[in-house]
Amino acid sequence: MTQTDDMKRTALAAVHERHGAKMVNFGGWYMPIQYGAILDEVRTVRTKCGLFDLSHMGRVRITGKDRERFVDRIATNHVAAMKPGDIRYSLFCHEHGGTIDDLLIYKYEDAVYLVINAGNTPKDMAHIRAHAKGFDVQIEDLTESWQMLALQGPQSQAILSNLTQIPLAEVKYYKHRAGSGGVNGVENGWVSRTGYTGEDGFEVYVPRAETERLWNALLEAGKPHGLTPIGLGARDTLRLEAGMPLYGHELADDINPIEAGLEFGVRFAEGKDFLGRKALERARENKCRQLVGLRAETKRVPRQGYNVHIPGGAAIGFICSGTPSPTVGASIGTAYVACEQAAVGTRLEIDMRGSRETAVVVPLPFYKRAK
Amino acid sequence: MSSPNNCRYLETHEWARKDGDAIVVGITQHAVDQLGELVFCQFKKKAGDRVTKREPFGEIESVKAVSDLNSPVNGVVLEVNAAVPDALHLVQQDPHNAGWMLRVKPDAASGYDDLLDAAAYDKHAAAEH
Repeated sequence: MTQTDDMKRTALAAVHERHGAKMVNFGGWYMPIQYGAILDEVRTVRTKCGLFDLSHMGRVRITGKDRERFVDRIATNHVAAMKPGDIRYSLFCHEHGGTIDDLLIYKYEDAVYLVINAGNTPKDMAHIRAHAKGFDVQIEDLTESWQMLALQGPQSQAILSNLTQIPLAEVKYYKHRAGSGGVNGVENGWVSRTGYTGEDGFEVYVPRAETERLWNALLEAGKPHGLTPIGLGARDTLRLEAGMPLYGHELADDINPIEAGLEFGVRFAEGKDFLGRKALERARENKCRQLVGLRAETKRVPRQGYNVHIPGGAAIGFICSGTPSPTVGASIGTAYVACEQAAVGTRLEIDMRGSRETAVVVPLPFYKRAK
Repeated sequence: MSSPNNCRYLETHEWARKDGDAIVVGITQHAVDQLGELVFCQFKKKAGDRVTKREPFGEIESVKAVSDLNSPVNGVVLEVNAAVPDALHLVQQDPHNAGWMLRVKPDAASGYDDLLDAAAYDKHAAAEH
């Protein structure tokens, strides 16, 4: 794909082109879908380590004395119950309970950071600003000025430890840390033990001007460990194997987090009157469809929008995402199905362009790494 | 990269090549490059079946996409390359030769002559993305 004027570029767009990556329009950004073969990139992350440019994701800083009360109003998780250094998965919901976006919340002593989906950044910013009235908060979109890389895979800590004095072993899953001289000599750079692959790994945040130097330093430090750059195609397969939702697939304006199996990101704490709370309380009592994992008995791939049927019978659901899974060794997919058909072991059929293919409901996630 | 001059092409990225009285059919290198890693291929026609120009004779899937295989000509199938569905690397690595898909006995009005030539096809493929 050739860059067109309306696509946004991360600090690394030219680097990806030089690496020979196949570039696509992803959520309005000119991004690498793959550097080599997608399934090889998946295997690299599962067995060694991969480097991702995630600078397209939206980064928002919220400060001001009402920042925690404000985020507790606009998002479903509970910031007031977090400690500085904690990270929580959360969602923005409509009053009717449907999902505006999913996000990560990073709590600091003096700020709350939100990391949101690239393609949803405009509507998320509208949501955030629309509800800010009456709160003493300052809202800054840092998407352009800060960039974000991810290092994912079993070798992540060994590689990143070459570039930082931050004691990475102490940075547990879903924690973040700054200081100790930063990362790659960038004093205000910081790290979080997070990712979207199901592997151990880190996300690293630096100012835009430092991004290419960090990218090169990581690739250099990672050489002995087999580190390679990984595109968004492999990232999609990795996150799906790990049972993680992608907005526009498992989540949408008309899908609520309860049916998506994301209740861990929703806190019905006393006094936490978040947007959508009443609708989500009703959804808890009254669930009629549910997200399930399907393992297909064909090499064909379930694709978004395919109907899911009772064998030989009526449609009772639809596919959200699908991929050939090198880790599972089968074609897998996620689907919303009627709750009566959601039990593990239920045999269903997927209508793949007119051909009925058998699939079995399996537990989510499809893949969980050994601790 | 230039497509071979000994073939004619359909806009949907299938090639047709004269081989004696028959026409051999497959998908182009450009199609393979766009699809990426192939995971599934199925022919819905067998020897003796009719194929119609621009209509599907099968399906092919990659990690990220699924696509119909369209016949570039009108005629009757003489032979399908039965090895392909279980040996997708033939198409992945050599779509213009070992990865051929159909051998067709063309109708008198086969539609072959007004397929794209290599230069026109390459121009079309380059403009598509």
